[in-house]
Amino acid sequence: MARFPRPTISLFLILSFQIIFSAIAFGSDFQESDEEEFSEELLLRPLPDLKVLAHFHFESRAPPSLSNSHGRHHHLFPKAIAQLVQKFRVKEMELSFTQGRWNYDRWGGFDPISSSNAKPPGVELWAAFDVPQYLVDASWKNLTHTLSGLFCASINFLESSTTYSAPEWSFHPSSGSLRYGTLPREAVCTENLTPWLKLLPCRDKAGLSVLMDRPSIYRGFYHSQQLRLTSPEFEGRLESGIVLKQTLTVVLQPDSQRASNTYSSETKLQPSWSLSSIFGRKVTSRCVLAKSSNVYLQLEGGLVTELENVQKENVISWIDNVGSEGWRTNPFFDLSVNPDSVLREVNGLHGSSSSVLYKYSVAKYSDSRPFDLGLTWKSPVVWSCPQAPLHASRFLIGSGNERGAIAISLISTGSNEHFLGANIVEDRCKLEVDIFQVVPWYVKVYYHTLRVFVDGQPQAVTDVVEKMRVSPSEDKVSPGVMELVLKFPCDIKSAALTLEFDKGFLHIDEYPPDANQGFDIPSAIISFPNFHARTHYFEDNSLKKSPMLSMFQEKSRVRSYSEVLLVPLTTPDFSMPYNVITITCTAFALYFGSLLNVLRRRVGEEERFLKNRAAKKASRLAQLLSMLSAKIRGKKWEPPQSPSASSSFISLKLIVKVVLVTGIAIAWQYYSQ
Amino acid sequence: MVLHYYFHSLGHSRSKELKGNPITFYADIVNAMLIRATGQNLQMEYIRSLKLLDHVKLLEKPGKIIPSGDIAALVYLWNPFTIVACVGLSTSPIENLAIILSLYGACKRQAPLAAFGWVIATHLSLYPAILIIPMILLLGYGPDTPPRKLFLQRRNVEVGDNPPNDRCCEREEVVHRPEVPHIFSWRPVIHFLCWTSLWSVYVLVLCGISVKRYGGLWELFKRTYGFMLTVQDLSPNIGVLWYFFAEVFDFFRNFFLIVFHGNILFMMLPLAIRLKHRPCFLAFVYIAISSMLKSYPSVGDSALYLGLLGLFVNELADMQFSFFLFCGYVGVSLLSPVMHNLWIWRGTGNANFYFATAMAYACLQIILVVESVSAMLNHDRMLRKPLTELQDGKS
Repeated sequence: MARFPRPTISLFLILSFQIIFSAIAFGSDFQESDEEEFSEELLLRPLPDLKVLAHFHFESRAPPSLSNSHGRHHHLFPKAIAQLVQKFRVKEMELSFTQGRWNYDRWGGFDPISSSNAKPPGVELWAAFDVPQYLVDASWKNLTHTLSGLFCASINFLESSTTYSAPEWSFHPSSGSLRYGTLPREAVCTENLTPWLKLLPCRDKAGLSVLMDRPSIYRGFYHSQQLRLTSPEFEGRLESGIVLKQTLTVVLQPDSQRASNTYSSETKLQPSWSLSSIFGRKVTSRCVLAKSSNVYLQLEGGLVTELENVQKENVISWIDNVGSEGWRTNPFFDLSVNPDSVLREVNGLHGSSSSVLYKYSVAKYSDSRPFDLGLTWKSPVVWSCPQAPLHASRFLIGSGNERGAIAISLISTGSNEHFLGANIVEDRCKLEVDIFQVVPWYVKVYYHTLRVFVDGQPQAVTDVVEKMRVSPSEDKVSPGVMELVLKFPCDIKSAALTLEFDKGFLHIDEYPPDANQGFDIPSAIISFPNFHARTHYFEDNSLKKSPMLSMFQEKSRVRSYSEVLLVPLTTPDFSMPYNVITITCTAFALYFGSLLNVLRRRVGEEERFLKNRAAKKASRLAQLLSMLSAKIRGKKWEPPQSPSASSSFISLKLIVKVVLVTGIAIAWQYYSQ
Repeated sequence: MVLHYYFHSLGHSRSKELKGNPITFYADIVNAMLIRATGQNLQMEYIRSLKLLDHVKLLEKPGKIIPSGDIAALVYLWNPFTIVACVGLSTSPIENLAIILSLYGACKRQAPLAAFGWVIATHLSLYPAILIIPMILLLGYGPDTPPRKLFLQRRNVEVGDNPPNDRCCEREEVVHRPEVPHIFSWRPVIHFLCWTSLWSVYVLVLCGISVKRYGGLWELFKRTYGFMLTVQDLSPNIGVLWYFFAEVFDFFRNFFLIVFHGNILFMMLPLAIRLKHRPCFLAFVYIAISSMLKSYPSVGDSALYLGLLGLFVNELADMQFSFFLFCGYVGVSLLSPVMHNLWIWRGTGNANFYFATAMAYACLQIILVVESVSAMLNHDRMLRKPLTELQDGKS
């Protein structure tokens, strides 16, 4: 056994320590990017219509592929996603499974959650690729197949070119290699949630995802499970790796049976709820792999204003009451758990007051002391959510199965007065609206029939439409895509757009199993490029910024989805194919046969004439042949009688035919070999 | 008669001018006039050939020969199908105009006009391409006549009848009589072919220039003729192919496409052989067949062949089932919109009801074509009868 002298060991130790220290120091500089991170957050928000919004946000970050010390292996980051990003060179991707419709009127349309997490029913997928233009479609097709395998959904139907489109500017600013597709009729179920949960390091065994009790989640009014990837690597920002954001947005109805309804009917008392009452479970511990695991309770600006109004009467400033009891209890509600800190929104845009966030850290709680946040309402409050400038809805006009019209109606929510100051363009205030609509090919939209009504008055299209891009649908090849930029005066009350269409007729194989239900036209996207939904909360230590809150801070345009339209199409009789084939073919046979019969039919004297001539011609041949045969037999030849001649002629004809057929058959055999 | 016809057409015009674009209306008027001119031409030829054959029975009854041109023009103008196609601003009057123009040009032996009409008609709807056979026959042999054999037989009979000492007189008679052009004359046909190639090159060059930016001529052919031949649009029409191809299994689709289009082509040759002495009638039969079997038929096509049917009113006088056919056409044209409305607009009917009317309509057209061909062949036999009787009597 070799022994190192003492000084060498100490030198070695020093050296190695130095290396380690430097490594630590180096690591601390790039701590954000060098290590895989995972964080889990939950946002709870009481909604004005007696419901509760729960928004789960899980974020995983992978280090950039170059500096990853483990090669292709990951500790926390799901490998499937990393491989998918590397293989298809996905720059950005968003996949959402949604059930139910986001109620923009009651649940808000101007906050980050409503503009980025309110999704159209069914599956929505968009992805931007870092590949040359001609490869984008191929990448998209491969991606849809991979995702459909990953999430047990029929995303592979998005492969067909009739279902996806390439929006150029109205959907996402950084487009070009972007593809967008939706499946409005996809049923979302637990089988989609389970693979989604598998991407989380703790699955649903620990941490906040324990709350995802399937029956209570799917009982909700709205359910949207979303997966969003960004890999800035492909955009040249090498210092950061893939970011995977998984969100689940649920709108639940707390059990209102227990709420005593003693107040007047118009101001109903909000039902009290707790985590265990709405989810049926409690948070027992945090996910140990998570860097942070927090629960937030958000009180919207409208609610805070109401609270403050009441507090003013009571002279006590409500939010400045630093004592923890002040946060916990106030004249309106009681919280069962004391918040760790309270965050206020910086420069709230909407109206007078800014929203308030109560922050709870789950780390403190354990099995013995589970975290069960409860909110008990004491007196009724009525408030309203911040609204997008225009409320969009879409519907069908017309009856019958031949043609119809799509109408998009935009009704002012009255909230845009607040934003007037920000959007004055050369002393004329203009409200800009982007509309992006994809219509399947069997609804043949005539884009020249676009008509615009502002406040009920028809307007010239060129007055209102600032920019327009239309790619008409091509039968069985591509859907019709319409991108519009509209500019309305700010004092607009309502606007409507109508587009006429003809309904197509499909082959029986192209109808879905329940054809008489109708076909779904995917939602239109209405976005307001001049309005940005961002809420910036003031935090003490900005270094440890919560991923969810920093996402809320991002500048994202206000966006809302219109309803999915159900278009009934005419159906053929699905039980008829054999009948139709046989009847039609019979008619054609009738045509062919009878016409040919007429053409070759001879009557009376013609028949006789031809027979005579044939007999003359044939008898000569027959005479020759019989002469020949007689000579062969060595008998004396006798001229035959005419009837026998004709019969021998017939037999001769038969022989000739047989020989001909055999010859052809032999030749065929010979050549086919 | 002419005055009567113009009076009618004026009344017709007034009823039509109330609605929409006048182009289709003018196209229809021109169509009717061209049909009338063609009909007069045909009738002159008919009377001449009857005289040549000394067909006493047909010639001597003054009321027997009806002015077929006027009849055809009136049938064309007053046909409800024409009015519907015109009022509905369909393009079929313009397609019909091209077809009729080529027929008229061929009848008048104006090769450039015939070629122009044929090229434009083919360019517009492809199916008139098969009319090139009647065009060539029409230019080669001249307008419809009884079979040429009859003239030869007739002459033989005459020659046989006359005693040898009267031969000089007979010769004079032959000189007096206009000779039947029973020999195929190649000159107008070659003219026609030259003009056809010229016009088609012209049309192709113009098309090539205008679609240069959108993928060139091949794309144009694929999107127009390809669309017609592959029956991609399955919207209901008065034909039967839409429902057939909506229902048929996908792997048989190509087979049936070939079968149905082959059906048009299969009958071309037999018809051309049997009716080569009557090129105008042959053209009518071709138009009727293609309007029956084409992928997207419309009532405008029916209007054309029903109008042309009027041209042969003398020859087809003893056609069978004509009353039945008339009733059938009336019945189908009343029932079909009702069924369409029930199915598409009210949602109470079923596709099968509408398909049944389309099927009935197809059958009616089949019967019409078959019966008219058979009546025409019988008419030729009828013309031969006195001759054969003469021959039989002689022998």
